[in-house]
Amino acid sequence: MVSSWGRLGQWEHEVRPLAERAQVARQLQAGLPGLAHGMGRSYGDVCLNPDGVLWRTTGLDRFISFDQQSGVLRCEAGVLLRDIQRMAIPRGWMLPVTPGTQLVTVGGAIANDVHGKNHHVVGSFGDHVRRIELLRTDGSRIECAPDENAGWFAATVGGLGLTGFICTAEVQLRRVAGPWLATETLPYTSLDEFFELADASEAEWEHTVSWIDCLSGSGRGIFMRGNHCAIEGRAEPASRARTMPFVPPVSLVNKLSLAPFNTAYFQLQKSRAGQGVAHYESFFYPLDNLHQWNRMYGPKGFYQYQSVVPRAVGRAAVQAMLEAISDSGEGSFLAVLKTFGEREALGMLSFPQPGVTLALDFPNRGERTLRLFERLDAIVGQAGGRIYMAKDARMPRALFEAGYPRLAEFLQYRDPGISSAMSRRLMGN
Amino acid sequence: MSENKKRIVIVGATSAMAEHCARLWASGQAVDLTLLGRNKAKTEAVAADLRVRSPQSTVNVLEANFSDPQQIRAMVDAIAGGGVPDIVLIAHGSLPDQKACQDDLALAAEAMEVNGISPALFAEAFAGHMQRANRGTLTIIGSVAGERGRKSNYVYGAAKGLVTRYAEGLQHRLAGSGVKVVLVKPGPTATPMTAHMAQRGMASVESVAAQIVAATAKGQPVLYTPGKWALIMLVIANLPRFVFNRMDI
Repeated sequence: MVSSWGRLGQWEHEVRPLAERAQVARQLQAGLPGLAHGMGRSYGDVCLNPDGVLWRTTGLDRFISFDQQSGVLRCEAGVLLRDIQRMAIPRGWMLPVTPGTQLVTVGGAIANDVHGKNHHVVGSFGDHVRRIELLRTDGSRIECAPDENAGWFAATVGGLGLTGFICTAEVQLRRVAGPWLATETLPYTSLDEFFELADASEAEWEHTVSWIDCLSGSGRGIFMRGNHCAIEGRAEPASRARTMPFVPPVSLVNKLSLAPFNTAYFQLQKSRAGQGVAHYESFFYPLDNLHQWNRMYGPKGFYQYQSVVPRAVGRAAVQAMLEAISDSGEGSFLAVLKTFGEREALGMLSFPQPGVTLALDFPNRGERTLRLFERLDAIVGQAGGRIYMAKDARMPRALFEAGYPRLAEFLQYRDPGISSAMSRRLMGN
Repeated sequence: MSENKKRIVIVGATSAMAEHCARLWASGQAVDLTLLGRNKAKTEAVAADLRVRSPQSTVNVLEANFSDPQQIRAMVDAIAGGGVPDIVLIAHGSLPDQKACQDDLALAAEAMEVNGISPALFAEAFAGHMQRANRGTLTIIGSVAGERGRKSNYVYGAAKGLVTRYAEGLQHRLAGSGVKVVLVKPGPTATPMTAHMAQRGMASVESVAAQIVAATAKGQPVLYTPGKWALIMLVIANLPRFVFNRMDI
């Protein structure tokens, strides 16, 4: 039985761990359809293949080579971003793009074309992938790169693992002075203020993100920005990982807890506003130290709803979504608002596009939650936006097709031996 | 340079436990690693990974025949000729299909060879060099399966039982010398070797490797990993036969 990060359910799978890359091509051919599955950190059904095969990639976790001069890393697809950071940062390099958890594999980061807080400067993960070794279930092997088999490359970056099995990849790291960031924390009390801060920060700050109080209606929140900086001799904090030890019988995030928590968090962060220094792990991955935090939403699990809408209508659309959420009383304190830079992603199904992205967790309360999503879908659809597939478990097909205009082009590159719950839901097979 | 580096030899370096031990050893200071494996390409992939993780370390790969006593002797002599190792980890093995072994004695013989006799011979060959040098730590991976024969797994268990007795003998022989012998008894661990079994509740290979590395540093005579297996096996090994025989394990 396997579930995804949202824990909405668990499904029967035949899990086949892969451990040796020389054997993978052969292993892919027995018992189809299959789907590559790494850490299972995507939220919905993109990493699931109920009643089918999951090729577990976490045993394919070897580095192949690293060039200290150029910063080019080759590795197997199951290597964790965490292990790349720990290997590279002491040598003056790091991943140019990292999502909010480092406990994901390189293959997963490519297949979902993940983004980070610095999208406006460097784009998404796929922009830094130099080469992908793709194994097809018919036994063929395709090397693709931005300038070689470029169609395969654009289909595979953000391709949800559906174009073939990503076996190895070459990633360009970026230079960094060390593990520290100079940060600034600024409270805001309206969406206008948020957009002003975001625009004002774009030129001077590499990383920008904000926490937003999803119940506030007006859009109060905490804006955080950071730049890498060099600090000599400062001791790195010891990691203090804890584990959420059990699944509580009801979601700890609920109507009673949410409003007081959000107010308390806002006031606490407001009192800490100003400049500071943060270690990269606490800046980029604040939740990684609480293992299995997804259990806090109780036995029914949770959805995440992440959308992006174009900037021109962004303010109004975000305002409308916040009002709908506030009306419904649904939501969570895990709510993020961020602007993307003016650049199109290279993947045919990549999520990032110019505009503003809002991401929120919602404890699964059945119909009520789904009804709220319908309201949000209408806003996103009307704004010409799209929903992030790495997070999705329920978007209607029409919204998917409207949001991803390169779908038809993408479908030509699908591997017929690969299927996921999401591909069956949104692409018919 | 290489004289200051800790010299570590790993037999069966492509086993998941061994590979993770190697990563931990290479993650601190620079080390001089020699990896023995049956499959050269697979061992080279492990070595390439270790070279990226620890560019200051030296990583050598040797393709090894694990069943021929003369080749084992020659190979160990050659390795020790380059300097007696500070640490030797003997980690090779494979989990046989018990039913298949009952039907095919050749499979049973092969399973006992690779899990029992071969590790013992490697240990014997290294022990002589280490005893003469009067230093070093010899860590051998046994198994909780070696404690009491069970119908589901006694071919493997018998081989691992051989490893246990052999390690005890070496510990007795080397007591009071500068050489330490560490016998590791892992419980079920999530590795490719156990991939076909339900992995729920199995220990992670990372945590098992961390305990092996720590026990090796201490020269701890016996390590159960995870620790709860010491208690579980104490109970299982001492259950009266009339109770034990009713258990479906």
